Amino acid sequence: MRNKRAWFAFPYVIWMALFVVVPIVIMAVYALTAADPITNAAYPTLGNFTGMGLYLNVFLRSFWLAILATLVCLLIGYPVSYWMAKEGPRFQRLAMALIMLPMWMNFLLRTYSWMSILENNGLLNQLLRATGLLDLLGADHIQMIGTPGAVVLGMVYNYLPFMILPIYSVIVKLDGSLVEAARDLGADGVRVFRRVIFPLSLPGILSGVTMVFVPSVSTFAISNLLGGGNQMMLGDLIELQFLGGAYNPHLGAAISMVMMVIVVVCMVVMNHFGEGEEQAVML
Amino acid sequence: MSKELIRLRDCVMSYGDELVLDHIDLYINDKEFLTLLGPSGCGKTTTLRIIGGFLSPTAGDVLFDGVRINDVPPHKRAVNTVFQRYALFPHLNVFENVAFGLRIPKTDGSGRKTKLSEREIHDRVMDMLEVVSLKGFERRPVSALSGGQQQRVAIARALVNRPKVLLLDEPLGALDMRLRKDMQNELKRIQQEMEITFIYVTHDQEEALAMSDTVVVMDGGRIQQIGTPEDIYNEPKNAFVADFIGESNIIDGVMRADGVVEIFNRRFQCLDKGFAPDEPVDVVIRPEDVDIVDEAAGQLKGTVTSVTFKGVHYDTIVDFYGFKWLIQTTDYCPVDSRIGIKIDPDGIHVMKKSSYSGLFGDYSSYSEEYEELDAAEPEDGEENDSREGGHEE
Repeated sequence: MRNKRAWFAFPYVIWMALFVVVPIVIMAVYALTAADPITNAAYPTLGNFTGMGLYLNVFLRSFWLAILATLVCLLIGYPVSYWMAKEGPRFQRLAMALIMLPMWMNFLLRTYSWMSILENNGLLNQLLRATGLLDLLGADHIQMIGTPGAVVLGMVYNYLPFMILPIYSVIVKLDGSLVEAARDLGADGVRVFRRVIFPLSLPGILSGVTMVFVPSVSTFAISNLLGGGNQMMLGDLIELQFLGGAYNPHLGAAISMVMMVIVVVCMVVMNHFGEGEEQAVML
Repeated sequence: MSKELIRLRDCVMSYGDELVLDHIDLYINDKEFLTLLGPSGCGKTTTLRIIGGFLSPTAGDVLFDGVRINDVPPHKRAVNTVFQRYALFPHLNVFENVAFGLRIPKTDGSGRKTKLSEREIHDRVMDMLEVVSLKGFERRPVSALSGGQQQRVAIARALVNRPKVLLLDEPLGALDMRLRKDMQNELKRIQQEMEITFIYVTHDQEEALAMSDTVVVMDGGRIQQIGTPEDIYNEPKNAFVADFIGESNIIDGVMRADGVVEIFNRRFQCLDKGFAPDEPVDVVIRPEDVDIVDEAAGQLKGTVTSVTFKGVHYDTIVDFYGFKWLIQTTDYCPVDSRIGIKIDPDGIHVMKKSSYSGLFGDYSSYSEEYEELDAAEPEDGEENDSREGGHEE
């Protein structure tokens, strides 16, 4: 703070205080109170938390689907990043543009498109019907929309770039002479990857996982649209408490708080585990 | 120091139109300390990378123990490399860096994979750390080491695999002067102790002379001269070698007879024979082989134009008929004084004319040249500039 230009940061500090710290405090206040059903006056209680067991299945589903989506993103994203980083700079720019392109379209629009693809009378089922595959199976349609798979697909589709970008930027900066050194010391391709490239790309993996997992676990639009209402996730549950029929902002705030704490704990544990192995800087 | 271990036969390396290696023929003996010496871009690192297996020559053969190894990948060659910028694994500590090669199962002659026991790995790593004086550092992360220590780890990491040949790519380039000198001695000691062939790449001629059994001087993708350090210094083959190795005055001359060379229309005794009568030649005179005498007694007479104190001697620039010589002498001669010089027959070395004639060995632009040399000092990458030293102006 000895820096003479520290005051340049003031607008941001004020911004943070107003729009991050204050809302969290408000949320905490809401979470720790409840409205009296008759007078509508707020009174302090822990009831919001103790009664949350009811929604255990929503919690489990949210984390399960988010973990699944993160894993799929990692399995697709890592090879793509690796391949991109090994190609020439022109290919890299092109690939980067292609990855970014969908992100310029509205998120809801993209998810709606998936709806019309996956519906019982959607593009995919029509295609299967036209090719006669459905007749072969003796079915009218394959149920895709409304399944957990559709939700995971939606999340992977939307969040994959957040996995690719950090991993790619770590691999592309990897010192080629380290690979040569490993080869020189007798390591074949597989061993070079396992003992040098992979451990050195861990920081990228960690930030990719974080950037996919966090929005996945709290998503509501994707599960709502592609889950067809029967794949309720935490985001949907919270939305329901604020905007939906179950109107209860106190419970919604409490669920948000619990989710936030779980996510923060997950991230801290993961980053800690990563640091032991890793000297390189986090992205 | 007798058996031939590696041979490059008519090796050519080209990228498109650019010829990086121009028909290189070279053999390297077992247990030899061989240095590839030349300015940046001369092809020395390319030669090293071909031996290491990181590059495959466009044409020609690479033989190891008589077997062609052009297509053998680096991890299957009995050579190890010390890289220019060490290339230590940042995610591993000193011990694990050195143990890296030992942890890889080796396939023996019968195709069986053998793995070293932890005990054996530990013993070999610790022995090696002792050799490079890094005992006690094994648990340190490599990022916490100084440049010299990282250098030692890189050497240990390569040598612990007991390679037949160790390749060193300007390994001391990033170290300061003192450390360089220490490491030069250290490397020479290790090479003699472990009886391994070293192939050493450098652009530092002093380093090459001090350490090598054999020096290979390269320029423009060609080998200019191969010989012992003494040969290279005393009997340079052309103006490039004479200029690159140490300081030299290179003067146009004419060979009048065996043992008689004419410079500035004056005849000098020399030891060189076998030239055609009246053949134009390049004459090399090392700055330390010139004796300064009274003007009247001199074989040549000239005017001192600059004197620089160098500690052991003075670098004195003397103008002879418009051509400036560098003379290293312990006698102080003030600027503008008239002096004479004497050269013993063994101080004169005659070379055939070559494509390098007239490019080197003139000290007319002496002071600028020194500045350029200073500017080129921290140079450590083959690609950084086309050529360092600035001798050619």
